[in-house]
Amino acid sequence: MSKFAGNEIIHQYLRHNKKFPHVLCAGCGHGIVLGTLIRSIHSLGIPKDDVVVVAGIGCSGRLAVYVDFNTIHTTHGRALSFATGIKMANPRLNVICLMGDGDALSIGGNHLIHAARRNIGVTALVLNNNIYGMTGGQSSPATPEGATTMTNPYGQLDKSFDTVELARGAGANFVARGTVFHVNRLEKIMVQAIERPGFSLVEAITPCHTQFGRKNKYKSPVDMYNWLKKTAITVERYNELPENKREGRLPIGVFVERDRIGFEEQYYAMQRQLLKPAAKGGK
Amino acid sequence: MARKSKGNNSVTIYPDWCKGCGICVEFCPQKVLGLNDQGKATVVREANCIRCGFCELHCPDFAIVVKNKEEPVEVEMENGTPKPKAKAKPKAKGKGA
Repeated sequence: MSKFAGNEIIHQYLRHNKKFPHVLCAGCGHGIVLGTLIRSIHSLGIPKDDVVVVAGIGCSGRLAVYVDFNTIHTTHGRALSFATGIKMANPRLNVICLMGDGDALSIGGNHLIHAARRNIGVTALVLNNNIYGMTGGQSSPATPEGATTMTNPYGQLDKSFDTVELARGAGANFVARGTVFHVNRLEKIMVQAIERPGFSLVEAITPCHTQFGRKNKYKSPVDMYNWLKKTAITVERYNELPENKREGRLPIGVFVERDRIGFEEQYYAMQRQLLKPAAKGGK
Repeated sequence: MARKSKGNNSVTIYPDWCKGCGICVEFCPQKVLGLNDQGKATVVREANCIRCGFCELHCPDFAIVVKNKEEPVEVEMENGTPKPKAKAKPKAKGKGA
């Protein structure tokens, strides 16, 4: 463990014929998530050709362009549907779905809960930046209550979505949350999520300084990272806290670990079973 | 392990990829990095680097590489951008993109 896999590894997985530096704003956490994803795939030793990265629309959708895996950039909210199709057609592939919070929770919310219910063997990575960043900073379902956004200049009234509880309720095999400040923990979580069969969801909290931070008293990208550093707390410690101190803290870590068989395995098992008597049944 | 390597590390920053967000400068435990007049990160006190890896892991633009001075360079700098040596086999050309 003396040598950590750093940016030298990442540079070998990037498409250097694309325009760099990437389009994301200075201090955007999406780049860190992409780097973490590449490192976790590298540490698992999966060949580039066996990885499929499916991305939706939004800031997170841009990430698939830069990596040298099999990638597709799909329509808004439908990344999981495309990923389901890919996994069913070729279960050997490691399908990783990159979605933003708007992509996964609002327009693609239905796909998310049904993919979790079906337990299809896809790794869904939800990059939660609390806002619709690319379109100009409108409130998303993950915007915290009371936060100021372009469409809510006097504060958001709705409660925000809890992605972890949603996925747990929908029946996902593996649910975890990490932040881009706690990179090593996030990498471990991603390795577990990719290894585990069945549907696994990882919510990565990434700060959006340009659209969210500037309107919410975070003057620089560094302030947003300090906020993550202060608010995030491991699930184990969060559960030990008394109820009145939990307000405003962000539990990170692994929340759900189940061992249900993935949908594609069940499907191919059923197919084999149905084909058996047909091969015998020529009598 | 990390502390033993103090003074034995090289920090490379690819200036064309750096956007000057300042995360590496703010959180470096040894204050190795600073911002120059262009607002980009530069190495100020390389000898103090303990190779904790924070800047490298948290750079959103993959613009920093920290490594032991004796290790061979795998990614070279060309006009401020990183150019990996052609180490990985160039198979599956023209498949994606």
